[in-house]
Amino acid sequence: MFETISNLIAAFLTLCIFSFLYKDNPFYKFAEALFIGVSMGYAIPLVYENAFLPFVYQPIFLQGKLIILIPSLMGVLYIFRFSRNLSWLSRYPIVFGMGIVGMGVPMSMHSSVLVQMRSAMLPLDNINTALIFIGTVTILLYFFFSKEHKGVYGKFTNVGVWYMMIGFGASFGYTVMARISLLIGRIQFLLGDVLGLIK
Amino acid sequence: MKRQIPLIIVITLGFMFVAHTFIPHKASVAFYDWWVSWSKAISPFAVILGIMSLTMVHGTKISRKAPNWQYSALTLFALVFTGASGFIWGTSEGTPFMWLFKNVQMPMGSTMFSLLAFHIASAAYKAFRARSAEATVLLIAAIIVMLGQVPLGMAISKWIPETSSWILNVPNLAAKRGIALGVGLGMTATSLKILLGIERTYLGGGD
Repeated sequence: MFETISNLIAAFLTLCIFSFLYKDNPFYKFAEALFIGVSMGYAIPLVYENAFLPFVYQPIFLQGKLIILIPSLMGVLYIFRFSRNLSWLSRYPIVFGMGIVGMGVPMSMHSSVLVQMRSAMLPLDNINTALIFIGTVTILLYFFFSKEHKGVYGKFTNVGVWYMMIGFGASFGYTVMARISLLIGRIQFLLGDVLGLIK
Repeated sequence: MKRQIPLIIVITLGFMFVAHTFIPHKASVAFYDWWVSWSKAISPFAVILGIMSLTMVHGTKISRKAPNWQYSALTLFALVFTGASGFIWGTSEGTPFMWLFKNVQMPMGSTMFSLLAFHIASAAYKAFRARSAEATVLLIAAIIVMLGQVPLGMAISKWIPETSSWILNVPNLAAKRGIALGVGLGMTATSLKILLGIERTYLGGGD
């Protein structure tokens, strides 16, 4: 009985969201407002249990690491973001996290540039490797804006555009598949778990 | 000084992180561990920022009796009720908190994302109506990749899964690699701008 009521509530909320396909309406607005509140409310106890207790409460009160009081007080400074006169205080917790960009310089250079370049520099011993090489070079030429895309150079950059369109098409196809599988999941829930029409 | 001191902190920490990446010394490891433990202690307080922002936006709508303010009241009620249920009854399996997750949050979340299937179909139709050669190539690639992932593609022709695999491994790889190189260079340039104090928008407005 309890499971049936739970399923009916979930089904009602699912249909409320789907009602947006017709047009924006009070049922969708109701579900949307509820979704935002529940999602944010869901995060609070989880952050408390998984971040506040192990990294703030336990080190300070159980392990006696009073030095953790400094970052904790720095975290409290976030609150001043909404104060007109004291908003500058909220910069401190933000800039402490921003320091990691120093690591980002060599890491992004390594993972996104050097590793990709090494993978691109293969012997052109078959047609596919040659096609990948041409595609990579022409796409890079397309993103070089210091020269006007005209004449022979423009023809090369145009090849890059075609490669990107195929790449975007593949990503588009994968995204559609992922969303369709979610849709199938919701329809299976409505027809199977709620109405019992499919097993 | 309200802007200069935070800027000095970013630049100092940034260069210490550059040194940490290249110098595998125990002092460097100790610096990294110190930064991680402090960051973990700061991070939970960011949630307060989110709660305050949501409460202020919706609280203002309620107090001003703005159009549809009733939905704002519902959002705040759901926020308080869900948060309180986690603190009162716990977050383990079988609690009201998990019931809310399984029967309210999760079904609405997946339905919200599944709506995108319809919006994407609509976008594809609009792209097809553009009748440009590039849009046609994009759609043909998308259709082949989609058919290549389902049994229907194999039923139509054995070439479809093979072509789908070729698209993913050759032109798609070249496109992703070219874009990744551009993104990588962009990330490096942006990180350098922050590190050298040229990019300061993260400090926000005011003095």
